Amino acid sequence: MADQDFPLIFELSQESRTGFSLPDLDVPEMDAEEMIGSSFVRNKAADLPEVSELQIMRHYTALSKRNHGVDSGFYPLGSCTMKYNPKMNEDVARLTGFSHIHPYQATETVQGALHLLYDLQESLVSITGMDTVTLQPAAGAHGEWTGLMMIRAYHEANGDYGRTKVIVPDSAHGTNPASATVAGFEAVTVKSDERGLVDLEDLRRVVDEQTAALMLTNPNTLGLFEEDIEEMAAVVHDAGGKLYYDGANLNAILGYARPGDMGFDVVHLNLHKTFTGPHGGGGPGSGPVGVSAELEPYLPKPILTKVDNQYQFDYDRPKSIGRVKPYYGNFGINVRAYTYIRTMGPEGLKKVSEYAVINANYMMRRLQEQYELPFDRHCKHEFILSGKRQKKLGVRTLDIAKRLLDFGYHPPTIYFPINVEEALMIEPTETESKETLDAFVEAMIQISNEAKENPEIVQEAPHSTIVSRMDETQAARKPVLSYKKGEN
Amino acid sequence: MEFRYLPMTEQDKKDMLSRIGVQKSEELFSDIPENIRFKGDLDLKEPKNEFQLMNELTKMAQENVTLKSHTSFLGAGVYDHYIPSIVDHVISRSEFYTAYTPYQPEISQGELQAIFEFQTMICELTGMDVANSSMYDGGTALAEAVNLSAGQTKRKKVLVSKAIHPESLAVIHSYVKGPGVEVVEIDHKQGKTDLVQLESELDENTASVVLQYPNFFGQIEPLDEVRKLVDSQKKTMMITSSNPLALGYLTPPGEFGADIVTGDAQVFGIPAQYGGPHCGYFATTKKLMRKVPGRLVGQTVDEDGRRGFVLTLQAREQHIRRDKATSNICSNQALNALASSVAMSSLGKQGLRKMSWMNIQKAAYMKKQLQLNNINVVFDGAFFNELVVKLDQNIKEVNRILLQKGIIGGYDLSQMDNRLQNHMLVAVTEIRTKEEIDQFVKEVRDIHG
Repeated sequence: MADQDFPLIFELSQESRTGFSLPDLDVPEMDAEEMIGSSFVRNKAADLPEVSELQIMRHYTALSKRNHGVDSGFYPLGSCTMKYNPKMNEDVARLTGFSHIHPYQATETVQGALHLLYDLQESLVSITGMDTVTLQPAAGAHGEWTGLMMIRAYHEANGDYGRTKVIVPDSAHGTNPASATVAGFEAVTVKSDERGLVDLEDLRRVVDEQTAALMLTNPNTLGLFEEDIEEMAAVVHDAGGKLYYDGANLNAILGYARPGDMGFDVVHLNLHKTFTGPHGGGGPGSGPVGVSAELEPYLPKPILTKVDNQYQFDYDRPKSIGRVKPYYGNFGINVRAYTYIRTMGPEGLKKVSEYAVINANYMMRRLQEQYELPFDRHCKHEFILSGKRQKKLGVRTLDIAKRLLDFGYHPPTIYFPINVEEALMIEPTETESKETLDAFVEAMIQISNEAKENPEIVQEAPHSTIVSRMDETQAARKPVLSYKKGEN
Repeated sequence: MEFRYLPMTEQDKKDMLSRIGVQKSEELFSDIPENIRFKGDLDLKEPKNEFQLMNELTKMAQENVTLKSHTSFLGAGVYDHYIPSIVDHVISRSEFYTAYTPYQPEISQGELQAIFEFQTMICELTGMDVANSSMYDGGTALAEAVNLSAGQTKRKKVLVSKAIHPESLAVIHSYVKGPGVEVVEIDHKQGKTDLVQLESELDENTASVVLQYPNFFGQIEPLDEVRKLVDSQKKTMMITSSNPLALGYLTPPGEFGADIVTGDAQVFGIPAQYGGPHCGYFATTKKLMRKVPGRLVGQTVDEDGRRGFVLTLQAREQHIRRDKATSNICSNQALNALASSVAMSSLGKQGLRKMSWMNIQKAAYMKKQLQLNNINVVFDGAFFNELVVKLDQNIKEVNRILLQKGIIGGYDLSQMDNRLQNHMLVAVTEIRTKEEIDQFVKEVRDIHG
């Protein structure tokens, strides 16, 4: 550590300082080493920091100030739906009756919790238009894999072992092809056309008797609604494949359209996006999966059911793909999502999508003079700009993103989707005010002017953050992934 | 109804629609084909105001028996431990919990450094070189380890002990279907993995051997002997799943030559919350660093030479490598990793060892008391904080009676193994008092007769 560096908690440690308060041993002490056997007793204590409680609090408070969250400022990170995380949700999840219950308690003793989960399942059934929902998957990618495994089980149950391919658009999230591989499929890419939608011709070309499924986000990652969805569904279904809906962008269509009505067979949702589970700096999330009746037998077990007004788990599921997670999903995140749905109701959720879409279109129209707009049509909850024009001036999209930091904004998603050059993907969400959107647009306009008049200020950004750009090459070339006394 | 999360006024809406160039917001949805447009109202309950909804949900929560209202001896992978108050105060700082994955290091140093510290603590506890930023939970972390071993060794068979958590075993069975790995289950004998069977199944096609340490019955598996067996086959890996609290006192798997160590850090600062979210961890050797699933934080410097942290070795991950990624994991359990870091910092070097040691003491006391009362504690081996008792009655029935006495009894082992009828897995953590343990023994004795 150099003088200028912010200390690690290990660097604050002083021998014999304590930050804990354990109960006294109130039973007769026995010789633990003898009981365990000396070769199974650690000969050196794990070198954890020895710090006082105030030191810990100051350390993490200082770290929190070195971090930007939605509560710190605007966070238009496309495809991530960085909306406000209601504080009430946090309080509900912390109620003792929800936070301090054990997954192996008898179901009779946790009826309140199961009631909540059951209601949430039913709500998600209605929102997605699917027949049944499981809350077991832990996150979106986990839901994708779960859904694909069900599709696989379905085909195999039909004796259809030749369906080895999953079709994924070139604009898809990286998790889609990755999930396909992990589920034992080969990912095949289908191209987008000049409208930014799946190229129907190309889809017809790649779909065949080996197609297990098409994975699709709708609206897609360009923020555009796949208006040919009915035809696409027919192409895939006619060939015997299934349609998988990636719910990452559900925030655009709540109450306007439902994946079930579009012809999707399996859907996963990201409760930590659309339904306000906080992102937590990367997680935890929750990735429920909804299915049509045809795929219902393959759901991961157990299934939560209601029999004679009692909630219970059904393990007798012979066709199930098995367990995808210990216990029953990320309950704490599900509680937050349920609280949110009950706060908004049907009318509120529809407004969510209406306003998210208005906000995105408004920003898109205000920015299209300064930035290239690759797809000039109504967007849904997010839109894509290209930094092509600025690139000609020597200013890259990465520079624009870094310059936004100086204005106190988290930048949009950049260089994604990969089929758009110098992409900037902007998702304002419905919880931002017009004033915030206007201020962000002004900053973007200023940066575009700077790119013409004073490109260095953009190229060398950020200027106001606590650290400047990081040497990522060094990080990868000589990985230092943990602290070792005297070496960092 | 007012919606406090939606700031758009009627005037805003009018101005914005006009700037967009449409009359009505419906026009923005005109690309949704008429046929599939949803025209009704979603079948959801009508919204409630904050006060009323809080009342309703509080009542719902109160319907549950909790680990606070009752004295719990239930563990089996999820434990009731001391959680320092400071943990919730730290993770309630919204700069942490309302942030996304730290892809912009200049404004995410807080999260990145916190994860780097978490990685370090996990390395310290497990005795491994490298730990990632977290996995969903212990079960899926173990399943990812199994698939990694198959990929790395290009072998298609794994030997998995039946003395691991039954739900981890179930998750492994689901996860291996993708890459097509065969799982051979190795039975338990006297509460530990049957090493004779293990040895006989171990061959040149074995990618890895998977055990839990301490195992699901609380017993401490002889990792030294297991390693010797594994060493007889070149390339075969030893994978363990470990309660990291136990590793505060026990020799870490890394010292026994484990190739991958996984587990769940729920024991550090994370409430049971009905089984999730908890916090999986994944630790391994330097050799396997570039095969690790999920996010890794590394140290580097900025343009001015200041120490800083970034997400690194991302060429392993789905957003870069797509279908060639080492795993599809994206979201992980970052906030819970932070909670665990705070709890581990609070405990520190001395506290963690002491807490681990206290679990051993309390569980040993329980065993002694049970035996003094002629209750059959099966399995003789050394154990951490869980032990198995055999009663004359069905455990479900025993637990029903215990509940009336204000006690949440242990895990009914007949659920995982038919041969273990009337066997209960009892967990005793540092927060159980002598009085509570004595009462448990008395009640069980009374039921047992």
